[in-house]
Amino acid sequence: MEEKAIICKDLTKQFGDFVAVNKISFEVNTGEIFGFLGANGAGKTTAMRMLCGLSFPSSGEATVAGFNVYKQQEKIKRHIGYMSQKFSLYENLSILENIEFFGGIYGLSDKQLKEKGEELVNTLGLQKEAKKMVGELPLGWKQKLAFSVAIIHKPKIVFLDEPTGGVDPITRRQFWDLIYKAADDGITVFVTTHYMDEAEYCNRISIMVDGRIDALDSPTNLKKQFSAETMNEVFYELARGAKRSDN
Amino acid sequence: MSAIKIEHITKTYDKGSVTALNDISLEVAKGELFGLIGPDGAGKSSLFRILTTLLIADKGTATVDGFDVVKDYKQIRGCVGYMPGKFSLYQDLTVEENLTFFASLFGTTISENYDLIKDIYVQIEPFKKRRAGKLSGGMKQKLALCCALIHKPTVLFLDEPTTGVDAVSRKEFWEMLKRLKEQQITIMVSTPYMDEANLCERIALIQNGELLSVDTPEKIVASYPQQLYAVKADNMHKILNDVRDYENLQSVYAFGEYLHTTFKTDEAQSEPKLIAYLQQKNNSGIEIRKIEPTIEDSFIRLMTEASTS
Repeated sequence: MEEKAIICKDLTKQFGDFVAVNKISFEVNTGEIFGFLGANGAGKTTAMRMLCGLSFPSSGEATVAGFNVYKQQEKIKRHIGYMSQKFSLYENLSILENIEFFGGIYGLSDKQLKEKGEELVNTLGLQKEAKKMVGELPLGWKQKLAFSVAIIHKPKIVFLDEPTGGVDPITRRQFWDLIYKAADDGITVFVTTHYMDEAEYCNRISIMVDGRIDALDSPTNLKKQFSAETMNEVFYELARGAKRSDN
Repeated sequence: MSAIKIEHITKTYDKGSVTALNDISLEVAKGELFGLIGPDGAGKSSLFRILTTLLIADKGTATVDGFDVVKDYKQIRGCVGYMPGKFSLYQDLTVEENLTFFASLFGTTISENYDLIKDIYVQIEPFKKRRAGKLSGGMKQKLALCCALIHKPTVLFLDEPTTGVDAVSRKEFWEMLKRLKEQQITIMVSTPYMDEANLCERIALIQNGELLSVDTPEKIVASYPQQLYAVKADNMHKILNDVRDYENLQSVYAFGEYLHTTFKTDEAQSEPKLIAYLQQKNNSGIEIRKIEPTIEDSFIRLMTEASTS
């Protein structure tokens, strides 16, 4: 049996009377690029926080990289990577210092840190900038660097929360090359985006509306199912029925 | 007279080491819906801040509604509406208090210009007693737009109003802008979303502080110099790598469910030859067809040209 990267059954998160995430169930295959879409306020971030071991579910079951989201949160954190939409590296550390810092947190040895640092700087073509403060880099570079740092410890799964917002169209595509490469290396990718063309780059996508998952399939099948030409139409068809907006 | 006239504006930061805007010139006609399209860091916000008199350019001049952005800053502040990229209303005032505050700053009242904001305000009116900080993103955006409109500005500046907003709310927002345009308000709006360019009458594509092109979206697309092809196969990642290695290739990049590509030499045999090459590389389900470019294709092309020239 193929090992699942994420198994989620009836996962629910309630804040008082408000059901932010309402019994969502889905599985993500190992090595898959899984797009997690939804309108603002649909519950994406709340769901993602539970899967990353940052918040306890109210009910339901989920395992991430084989670990239970109630009992093994610390193990989950060790085996995943996470990149938020807000730039999360230290702006006044250099590229190499950031790599050392984050790699160190994930328990890489000095030798590994040195090798990884060199490898990463070479892959991204940042040799000249390696000792520059990260704050001086253009946004596109920062995002590529943040992604590379998020997978520095070779996690089983990487969670990407709107990684390409505001990035220029060429860099956005270079970013997706990095995602593909990570997937080729066996890292499962769980990604949210507002760009519907990027939804097409995922193997499968789910679309959340008002805390529920209202659709889940490959982009091709979803377009068939909704008799739509583009993912934009599919998304619009589903999300315009939403009762709530934003968080 | 143009609503906005920008002549040779240059702006640098950090003692000249960072160029935010490099010799920018453009004009926006009265009543026009003008889009400034470009990624983060392109210089859009700097331009907005110069036009709204919040920042002084190193070189060049600009006028808004005939007023000079340096000499006549007081007049400009009275007649423009500005919605900055970052939410900047008072979080701990209610919806109604924010709106009243901005109205009284400009010596007017909500009722005096209610017609202008009515369509938008009715959507947030049920929450008028709620603090602005407690509103959802979509509602904050509507309130910010109301506050920017309450003194009936002649020119409206909207800096990335739809960034981080989902596809449905974005669509609603653009419908609001179309209705405002009917009221003869000149609107300059910036966005990193290329697909929103088609909703503007004219656009400027901006990157690294330089204007790549200024025209109607239709003309920008029509000036694309080559035939563009859409290519597809069952395994998109594989085909992308294969096409990248193909000899007769000018450009290739992923574009939704297709790759977009242009040939170095485009002749009758180019298509079948590419298909044969892809089949030989064991791709299945190959599809290729001629397509019309989009604004994003034009942007990518102009960006590539700018960085190689």
